Amino acid sequence: MTVQPTGLADYNFAYLDEPTKRMIRRAILKAIAIPGYQVPFASREMPMPYGWGTGGVQVTASIIGPDDTLKVIDQGADDTTNAVSIRAFFAKVAEVSTTTSTAEATIIQTRHRIPEETLGEGQVLVYQVPIPEPLRFLEPRETETRKMHALEDYGLMHVKLYEDIARNGHIATTYAYPVKVEGRYVMDPSPTPKFDNPKMDQSEALQLFGAGREKRIYAVPPYTSVVSLDFEDYPFEVNRFDEPCALCGAEGVYLDEVVLDDRGGRMFVCSDTDHCEKRRAAGHRGAMASEGTLA
Amino acid sequence: MYVAVKGGEKAIRNAHRLLADRRRGDRSVPALTLTQITCQLALAIDRVMSEGALYDRDLAALAVKQARGDMIEAIFLVRAYRTTLPRFGYSEPVDTGAMHIERRISATYKDLPGGQMLGPTFDYTHRLLDPELAGDAAVPDAERRDGEPARAMRVSDILAQDGLIEGDCDAQTEMPGDITREPMEFPMERDTRLQSLSRGDEGFLLALAYSTQRGYARSHPFAGEIRIGEVEVAVDMPELGFAVTIGRVQLTECQMINQFKGSSKAPPQFTRGYGLVFGQSERKAMAMALCDRAMRARELGEDIVAPAQDEEFVISHCDNVQASGFVEHLKLPHYVDFQAELELVRTMRAEHESRRDAGEPMPEAAE
Amino acid sequence: MAVQSQDAIVTGGFDAPVFDAQSVFRALMDAMARPGTVQAIAPRASAPSPLGPVAAALALTLCDVDTPVWLDAALATDGAIARWLGFHAGAPVTDDPAAAAFALIGDGPSLGSLDRFARGTHDYPDRSATLIVQVPDLAAGPALTLTGPGIKQSTALAPSGLPARFTTLWADNNALFPCGIDMVLATPDAVAALPRTTRIQSTEN
Repeated sequence: MTVQPTGLADYNFAYLDEPTKRMIRRAILKAIAIPGYQVPFASREMPMPYGWGTGGVQVTASIIGPDDTLKVIDQGADDTTNAVSIRAFFAKVAEVSTTTSTAEATIIQTRHRIPEETLGEGQVLVYQVPIPEPLRFLEPRETETRKMHALEDYGLMHVKLYEDIARNGHIATTYAYPVKVEGRYVMDPSPTPKFDNPKMDQSEALQLFGAGREKRIYAVPPYTSVVSLDFEDYPFEVNRFDEPCALCGAEGVYLDEVVLDDRGGRMFVCSDTDHCEKRRAAGHRGAMASEGTLA
Repeated sequence: MYVAVKGGEKAIRNAHRLLADRRRGDRSVPALTLTQITCQLALAIDRVMSEGALYDRDLAALAVKQARGDMIEAIFLVRAYRTTLPRFGYSEPVDTGAMHIERRISATYKDLPGGQMLGPTFDYTHRLLDPELAGDAAVPDAERRDGEPARAMRVSDILAQDGLIEGDCDAQTEMPGDITREPMEFPMERDTRLQSLSRGDEGFLLALAYSTQRGYARSHPFAGEIRIGEVEVAVDMPELGFAVTIGRVQLTECQMINQFKGSSKAPPQFTRGYGLVFGQSERKAMAMALCDRAMRARELGEDIVAPAQDEEFVISHCDNVQASGFVEHLKLPHYVDFQAELELVRTMRAEHESRRDAGEPMPEAAE
Repeated sequence: MAVQSQDAIVTGGFDAPVFDAQSVFRALMDAMARPGTVQAIAPRASAPSPLGPVAAALALTLCDVDTPVWLDAALATDGAIARWLGFHAGAPVTDDPAAAAFALIGDGPSLGSLDRFARGTHDYPDRSATLIVQVPDLAAGPALTLTGPGIKQSTALAPSGLPARFTTLWADNNALFPCGIDMVLATPDAVAALPRTTRIQSTEN
């Protein structure tokens, strides 16, 4: 199937040509077989800029079929501009149905969040990853970090986390918090807040990670151990919010701080817009919600 | 009462509509044709073809027009198209020795077989704005030599006759690598490094090349030869048992010759830096040749002391499509991570204040 | 070459290459992500005998000019399968199992040592072979218990047509982790996968 047959330029189903999809599919299979290991792949230029989700888009384009239902979120929201743009891209080049409902999606492409709703067996979560190498900011050279992974030498990471504790009294990493997968590879969970890290562990859904500019694909199969790095005396803990969502009253979810005026007025609302809407539709109300909110 | 912002879809649609409007500009002015762009902005087309890694003037012109003249955006458009093209086969290596030369200069010999040919160059033009060009004044035809286009032996071959210059690096019997099909791996081989440089950003390579001239890995370069012209592209047809010419491409080739005093790995001799790009793009080819030579430090047993010699640094950062994408991705919302950092800074400030109020010692300042 | 055999070589590819490959891949991806689960694959490709429809569809989905393929003796026989792979996938067939990205195994019981195949390196454990093994079924063979990533606690699989000492071969493969080969089991109508992380025990023990 071709899209936009203009004569000057036309494109395949899901944009990528078939040899490219095959190459990415082979990488995905190896990624699943070696959980947490970053498989190098010959990433392609995509029609959106590097750094804007090209890795996730390539993974999605390689797995998606006409029967899929796609959800795209950025910062937890379906209506952020880049999420809208990527969703529209797939609706156009793959003619798939799209949804904002987490439960209805078979493929969810995400940037910076994991949905609040627990994902199930029929679902694939595709992460957009800017810097896949968890050791990159400690050691800029690929030649060195590759050796560290090969030797399972993660001392540098522990030193970094420990220095945080020495300096601040706690680990000062709040997002892209490193995890160890199945007891072997240290992995970057992408810049999700560490609040989301526990959702990765023993997830029923398959988790695929695509880093386009850095040309890496990695995966966490379902029912796989994902442990956030920590120390016995300084165990990993997630950030908690003091108040519930002002719109739906949810607790134990990740909240965005919204500035309301120039006098310091602010409110906290669910970052996961679908979760918030579903709760409000079910009659939950937060402190600042009104009947008119769910227009 | 707070209502969450919606309407990303509509905002994007309207923004794109405004973009199209601005691109077209004043409707009373005739729209640019692609032919006008290919003919009159030919060097812009050449850069787009070179860094876009696709030799097609019409597509490059379309990209330049669509990008409103933003070169990196145009390069990006071409790359994103090229990447979807199926590959039907591989050409034979092009023979730049058999180039139909339009320009050919050597800084190392006063005269040489084939001669010095200035060709269509900006060199020796006085950079005085020419008001004539504001209009459409008649331009006389160019003077042309009669007969077949000139062919000329390469300067590097002249030096090689005396054994004073290293050989071309061993012609690999295997297929050369291809960074668009294989993931990059460090340390790289020279084939894939040259491919990266040829697609690399002209400005970035120019600055790095300049840095080698200012002492950051000085390489004593001489412009052995720069040649611009067309070469034939031939494809081997196994069914026919011979190669068939399928067309011509214009290339700019630069052979930089570098004095080399020898190391434990190589004797004193002249060494080479090589540049080859699509179209007429001398600045890029020369910069590429200087960067190529700088990055051969490991191979030639030189100390790696400067940025231009650092292969992983140069190659990882020379692609302007990658670089502009990642720099500009900072425009995307990051408020989830920012929220996490906001909470952390608030906590740390509260701890700091309570320590100060209690008169406790402060930990070291964070970097 | 007989006309009939030439026909067998140029026919039998995917009718709808884009969508057939996508659908076969998704079944395989699910199989790899959830070892031991049996994913049905409708017939979409037919190759010269004895390469079955599912193994043939997997080969078309995964193999191309970039992936050398090795065929065991049962599939190499008269060269028809190699020509079929060349025609439909452009995949080169290699005699060297260590050079193969994919190995197609027609005769599972004679599989022998897994050491001949690429197992990856510690720097690049992904550079390892994937074995596609044709088996008659996944339920009538010796009962196996599978554990590891992708499996909630444990799962059962009973493939026929694997070597008698398969669990030993596989344990050796496990010991190489993160290196090792990955295996795909193809019946005439379904697929199951055994990534290198899957640990296998005979249920009888």
